[in-house]
Amino acid sequence: MVPEPSRRVLYATGALLGVAAWWLVYRSLEPFGQWLAYRILGLGRGSRAGSAVAFFAFETPKVLMLLAVVVFGVGVVRSFFTPERTRAVLAGRRESVGNVLAALLGVVTPFCSCSAVPLFIGFVTTGVPLGVTFSFLISAPMVNEIALVLLFGLFGWKVAALYMGTGLLIAIVAGWIIGRLKLERWVEPWVYATAGGPATAGTDAPLTWGERAELGREAVRDIVGKVWPYVLGGIAVGAAIHGYVPQDFMAGIMGKGAWWSVPLAVLLGVPMYSNAAGIIPIVQALLEKGAALGTVLAFMMSVIGLSLPETIILRKVLTIPLIATFVGVVAAGILVVGYVFNLVL
Amino acid sequence: MESRLIEILGSGCAKCEMLAKHAEQAAQELGLDYAIIKVKDPVAIVRRGVMQTPALVVDGRVKLQGRVLTAEHLKEYLR
Repeated sequence: MVPEPSRRVLYATGALLGVAAWWLVYRSLEPFGQWLAYRILGLGRGSRAGSAVAFFAFETPKVLMLLAVVVFGVGVVRSFFTPERTRAVLAGRRESVGNVLAALLGVVTPFCSCSAVPLFIGFVTTGVPLGVTFSFLISAPMVNEIALVLLFGLFGWKVAALYMGTGLLIAIVAGWIIGRLKLERWVEPWVYATAGGPATAGTDAPLTWGERAELGREAVRDIVGKVWPYVLGGIAVGAAIHGYVPQDFMAGIMGKGAWWSVPLAVLLGVPMYSNAAGIIPIVQALLEKGAALGTVLAFMMSVIGLSLPETIILRKVLTIPLIATFVGVVAAGILVVGYVFNLVL
Repeated sequence: MESRLIEILGSGCAKCEMLAKHAEQAAQELGLDYAIIKVKDPVAIVRRGVMQTPALVVDGRVKLQGRVLTAEHLKEYLR
């Protein structure tokens, strides 16, 4: 039986080696992409096909590697949070503080849109104000670890931080506004008539680190396993734009000069739904071709923050006027953010 | 044979169906006398104190929330 301390040293060494190996592979990806396109496939340097293939060969493993690491990390962080604990923290809070907490917790609490209905009912029937619940429901899908890591990987920490900051801000303010409008009467009446469930639901035993790592691995299998076709598709579209669309082509349509580009981006983005992984490569390609950052961020937030499937699910508990208000307030927030960025940056 | 009442809480999305399938397989492999009920009504789900679907309830106790495990791993929750 290996004594405990050396086992730990073994694991730690293994982990460090793993990180070093990951980093080495990561750094070699860009040269690999170029080697594949120009040496192996013999495409001309500076040619459109060459450009596109090098982009694709570089970005695909790069994004997948980043994704695996971050989804694992977030899976472990999420193991510390449950909707039950979040609800306990938020119940009975004053609105402004509650909105901020709800938005922050929305980022780290595990949430799947199929649980939106039980979660909504559970929150509002146990003293979490409606506006605070909305702050949670807005930040959960929008401030998404996949989006953050991809933005960081492709554009650096400033853009990622900007996205997270404004996403939280929109969640806080939109939720606060909805709370102020006193729209409880627009929730389906039977929701408030539901008696709250028991205070805890039995699965709160503290987890070991081994169990947390298992949750991390599960998250990678589930999420990356589900998302990789979209990532590939998005990178393929991005590669095509990168290779074939002329520089500054987008500047005309989505550049700073076109004032209508932001509302157009939001209008296009709201009915569209993609997961974050698929849309970021497209975002990158658009930016490269001269689209303004504010417009592109607005587009991205509209696509992943407001989704048709989720609003359909929420129709069970929200009346149409409330859904319309919710979508309208969030879209307006995204619009403002888009304009401000285009003006400031 | 031991008997178990297995309830799968969830609105019927792909994850819930998979949990139900794996749970059924686990129960069969364990040789249990079981009944599987799918609870889709959100009110009933909330009444159990569950906010993360899919959830696995065995003989009235909530065992698992928000995760889909393989039949092999589920056996531990069904014993």
